[in-house]
Amino acid sequence: MKRRFMIVSVLVGAALLVMPAVHSFALSDAYKDNIYDTGSLKPTDSVLRVKAGENAPDFTLPAVSGERVSLGQFRGKKNVVISFVPAAWTPICSDQWPGYNIVKEMFDANDAILLGIAVDNLPTLFSWTNQMGRLWFPVLSDFWPHGAVANQFGVLRSDGTAERALFVIDKKGTIRYIDVHNINRRPSLEVLMGELEKLRD
Amino acid sequence: MKRIVWLALLIWGLALIGPAAGRSAGPPPVGGKLPDLTLGIPKEGAEKAYLGLSGSGAFKIPQIRTKTVIVEIFSMYCPYCQKEAPNVNRVYEKIEADPVLRGKIKLIGIAVGNSAFEAGVFKKKYDIPFPLFPDGDFALHKLLGEVRTPYFIGVTIHPDGSHRVIYSRLGAFESVEKFLDEIVKASDLAQEMRK
Repeated sequence: MKRRFMIVSVLVGAALLVMPAVHSFALSDAYKDNIYDTGSLKPTDSVLRVKAGENAPDFTLPAVSGERVSLGQFRGKKNVVISFVPAAWTPICSDQWPGYNIVKEMFDANDAILLGIAVDNLPTLFSWTNQMGRLWFPVLSDFWPHGAVANQFGVLRSDGTAERALFVIDKKGTIRYIDVHNINRRPSLEVLMGELEKLRD
Repeated sequence: MKRIVWLALLIWGLALIGPAAGRSAGPPPVGGKLPDLTLGIPKEGAEKAYLGLSGSGAFKIPQIRTKTVIVEIFSMYCPYCQKEAPNVNRVYEKIEADPVLRGKIKLIGIAVGNSAFEAGVFKKKYDIPFPLFPDGDFALHKLLGEVRTPYFIGVTIHPDGSHRVIYSRLGAFESVEKFLDEIVKASDLAQEMRK
């Protein structure tokens, strides 16, 4: 009996070993095996509280670099792209910002700054973003009160993570574009750049 | 009890079949063949000329007019690929500057999960002199065993058009010289150079 149990255990163990564990995003060897596979999640899980054409709610959050960054400080100076990502150390988020990191020139060409926001605390964001190389844009922690800024925009999910959402805000502080993206997919860079170019008119 | 054993066997069987149905078993092994990858013939004349291809439509890697092909599997979104890009460019430059290797080793990149726009961003950012092929829907990546990135595959093409994988490894190379040396030694080029 015990032997049979052992055989079953070995077989099930072997089955688990050969099960596919690779996720198609965050494949960079930079992360080794440190990415937590969330599996497929409900595409969106919140209700927007802002609309395109409205003024963006102002906020101030601590950045990984140590400073405090407000949306309002860019008013009249820069267009702003806010990139909310669900959580540190998860598959797609670990890709998205390194991609933005090599297109600073494209943001510059459109007189835009990028603000990356996650609901994780500063130490976690520090460790995670360190794996991405040196980021040119501020990474802000919306940890406490938990997800308050995500909630202000209506992109806080019911499990306390944020949506994978992009907001384009012009120099007047008006929201011009919102993409609450399917959390399981990476937003197209082409679409975002197209939206930024529209601000030139 | 017997039922449990059968159930376990069933789970095991399904787990074995599952990945085989949707994915390949793993990266192409050294000594083996490439999976059946179909790429689009580049539109740009210089890239077409580099690969020795003509016309439009699709081609397969062993059709590239050369003796050995180095395939880099990467993503614009992968920090290690970004870091490795200048080194891969140096491999290209070393080949092109060497009268013996020039024309006999060609480089291509497969940009997994990247649109043509995103692959283009990477090409421009790092001034990449060899052709890059977007794999936006991860279709090629699936065939290549869903490797992590950057991943390098060396393929030697025999005169009869058949081919053999001579290098298949994950991660940045230790040094540009050592990598190129390994590729040359493992390929048919080494025998040819001895003649």
